[in-house]
Amino acid sequence: MTIRSSTARSTARSGGTPMVQAEGVRKRFGRLEVLKGIDLEVAPREVLCLIGPSGSGKSTFLRCINHLEKIDGGRLSVDGELVGYRQRGDKLLELKEKEVARKRAEIGMVFQRFNLFPHMTVLGNVIEAPIRVKGVTKSTAVATGRRLLDRVGLAEKADAYPSQLSGGQQQRVAIARALAMEPKLMLFDEPTSALDPELVGDVLDVMRGLAEDGMTMVVVTHEMGFAREVGDALIFMDLGVVVEAGAPRDVLGNPQHERTQAFLGKVL
Amino acid sequence: MEDPAPAAPRAVPVRHYGRYVAATLVLAVVALFVVAASKAQISYGVIPDYLTSPIILDGLRMTVYISVAAQLVGIALGVLFAVMRLSKNPVVASVSWFYIWFFRGTPVLVQLVIWFNLSLVFQTFTIPGIYSMSMNSFMTPFVAALLGLGLNEGAYMAEIVRAGIISVDEGQTEAAQALGMTAGQLMRRVVLPQAMRVIVPPTGNEFINMLKTSSLASLVLLGELFRNAANIYTRSLQTIELLLVISAWYLVLTSVFSVGQYYVERRFARGAARALPDTPLQRLRRNLRRGRTGGRIR
Repeated sequence: MTIRSSTARSTARSGGTPMVQAEGVRKRFGRLEVLKGIDLEVAPREVLCLIGPSGSGKSTFLRCINHLEKIDGGRLSVDGELVGYRQRGDKLLELKEKEVARKRAEIGMVFQRFNLFPHMTVLGNVIEAPIRVKGVTKSTAVATGRRLLDRVGLAEKADAYPSQLSGGQQQRVAIARALAMEPKLMLFDEPTSALDPELVGDVLDVMRGLAEDGMTMVVVTHEMGFAREVGDALIFMDLGVVVEAGAPRDVLGNPQHERTQAFLGKVL
Repeated sequence: MEDPAPAAPRAVPVRHYGRYVAATLVLAVVALFVVAASKAQISYGVIPDYLTSPIILDGLRMTVYISVAAQLVGIALGVLFAVMRLSKNPVVASVSWFYIWFFRGTPVLVQLVIWFNLSLVFQTFTIPGIYSMSMNSFMTPFVAALLGLGLNEGAYMAEIVRAGIISVDEGQTEAAQALGMTAGQLMRRVVLPQAMRVIVPPTGNEFINMLKTSSLASLVLLGELFRNAANIYTRSLQTIELLLVISAWYLVLTSVFSVGQYYVERRFARGAARALPDTPLQRLRRNLRRGRTGGRIR
């Protein structure tokens, strides 16, 4: 199944290489099969939202995209290159740790629990990877870092430690940290689920701004309002399969499948 | 007739009779102790002289030297073997397991004496193609003590460091990986600095132990505090006097180090608490300042 949303804002998508392409992706943890053949496509500049009950496999799928989880079957590629493997003839060679790291550096990820580095200042968090991984000079990294902190509305918190910030502020720092690597794709794993309700809006505003600037995003979320307004495409997953996919307005407003209807009936 | 307003009842604090009983008992014990000490045949007069005698000070320097050196060896080996123990490579992990099993499972005194007597089974110390010398001139008391104490300490430090590493939230590793850091970078920059908070307190404990355990090196003829004191008292027969002298020095060493440990722990608590409490010195300075400004709290 391929997602081609009619509401996509980009015109350059059609015909180009998809940013994310999954064909029959399978993943199991021991006996439990959590992904039972996922097919989907995300075009450049597109925002795909993944929704579904917990245990549906949406977070696991997201983590497969930057190889935090290794897939057990199917094909998964980012920007035309296989994730975690290299194809030579009819063989798939597993990539070395350094090669995996280099590919991960091109994909930003934002976690439910922020995972900021608590022993570094806010600015330290943002400049760490550009300096160590990309080899950017410190002065350049600091300039970029301050600009990004300004963008997420936290310029004055540059010298604070993460423990001195609210959850919403920490998550915005985490977004700035991911953006500092100038990723071509951003993955969001329930970015607002650990936040107090009044802090959710600030984080969603930052994400909306990113989408407007044309960032390709895959967002696992329970924020149906965000999915409807910002998403180009929406997928409902349950028990390791894609149950329903389409334009957010259609899926949320007029769900076809029984399970989608039951889920939306509870959360909307 | 109007009722007079009732007087506010007087509050009577709880009496702590137990404290008086305890104080009396302690005073009695101390008195007994003082009487015993005054009756004992100890030449107290020689103690101050021995405290600063050149031989004792030499021993003091050697005790500090070997303890610091062996602890550094132990920390380096501990980090190495802890990382190896957690490695996904089964060969590397097993080597680390074996090292810890062996060096933690045999007495450090036995290990010291084995190193010191290595010349009984190996005539020369040889690194093939690079270096060779007679084992007797290589295995000096200092080298034997460094190997014995350091390798033993490494096994304990490996477990301490491993506990520190696994105490760091897995989300930290994932975040570092997602940013494209390699295993080495994420260990050095993200995991170990956070593990330090868990590693430092028991390491301070280990070093205090090391200051005292280093006295075992006297058995391999290292001229540290205990050996030098023993050298004096075998001739002068002022055994208890000299043991009191070096006990005093050991107490000085462990006390000085405990203060240092406090500041090191503070350093690694950065980011863990919202604000660090003042150090005793900062508190003192603030109180003095308050005194000068006439007791007003600023």
